Amino acid sequence: MSQVASITLDHHHADVAQVKKIWKTFWLLSVITAIELGIGLTIYTIHKGAHPNPTLVLMFKGMVSVLTMAKAFYIVSVFMHLGDEIRNLIMTIVVPLLLFIWFIGAFLYEGNSWKNNRNTNVHTRPAIEQQQTIPAEEKGKKD
Amino acid sequence: METVAVQPKTKLWTGGRSPFNVSYGKLMMWYFLMSDAFTFGAFLISYGTIRFSQNFWADPNHVFNAFPFAGHTNLPLAFVSIMTFILILSSVTMVLAVHAGHNMDRKGVEKYMVFTILGGLAFLSCQAWEWTHLITGDHQVLVNGAIQHWGTTTTHNPWGHEVMFNGTEVATPGPIAFGGYFFGITGFHGFHVFSGVVINSVMLIKTRLRHFEERGHYEMIEKAGLYWHFVDLVWVFVFLCFYLI
Repeated sequence: MSQVASITLDHHHADVAQVKKIWKTFWLLSVITAIELGIGLTIYTIHKGAHPNPTLVLMFKGMVSVLTMAKAFYIVSVFMHLGDEIRNLIMTIVVPLLLFIWFIGAFLYEGNSWKNNRNTNVHTRPAIEQQQTIPAEEKGKKD
Repeated sequence: METVAVQPKTKLWTGGRSPFNVSYGKLMMWYFLMSDAFTFGAFLISYGTIRFSQNFWADPNHVFNAFPFAGHTNLPLAFVSIMTFILILSSVTMVLAVHAGHNMDRKGVEKYMVFTILGGLAFLSCQAWEWTHLITGDHQVLVNGAIQHWGTTTTHNPWGHEVMFNGTEVATPGPIAFGGYFFGITGFHGFHVFSGVVINSVMLIKTRLRHFEERGHYEMIEKAGLYWHFVDLVWVFVFLCFYLI
């Protein structure tokens, strides 16, 4: 009888701990979102200023991206319970997603070289693109 | 006589059980979500590529600065942060529904599923307002030396460079890709939210009909939960790519 009681008590304890963890993650996600908003508004004020510093803006954008990755980690590992699954399953989900590292790097590099091509060889581009091209001195002014 | 005891190296892959220690349905839900992540990733990376290829792009703090019933007050990021908060909160109620399911607490599952569905509907309503505001918005744009009034659509982008015209500051047409990417990606995400609400509603009805109680477990709630959290996960990245940077 007492054994049964202690088992339910243990279960109850695990239960409370689990619910606590869920709410803790909720507050963590909210705080990270609030920080992200703060950085977003900082970028806004930098852009409004007379001489926006592109390096500073890029730094803040990098910070927001890192915070977003942290949020994604908490959602997947706590809310989706992927952290509780066995290692092999985690790996079959996570390893294919590593392709994104290459995707992002390669495609953004590609986009950037298109911009550089348009800006440096304006007259070699088809007429339809020439009309839409902003003159080369604009380059790097705004990201 | 020597007996060689052949110890199986692992018990996981010798058959007779799931090597990943999850049911077939849950495993396939994970693989579906992984493939869906690639779909969203491809959309967002395509958006990034086009954005990187332009000298000028619309400033999100400028585009998304409106709030319902606030008129023309400049409130950058305010409305979208509420949308984000709604989605995070509905993710929490979903987790609590899954948790109640583990305890075979039917009333708890019902309660939290209702909250989750309401959260999804609230998010969709916010998105409907945001889209309406952008599409029906009225912005002065200088086109071929004359002022036109444009909203943000897939063919019109009134968020280009600002120039002086007759003493006032007016915008010029911005990169046309902006509207297509914004409505395309947030629309695809909104459709996921919509289908999530439908799935959650079906789960709520099945819970009320005691289907899971009779089955002895609430695993369907877990699978619907995985999908719902994925929708929240995608929004985190949409929020980053369209509103923050």
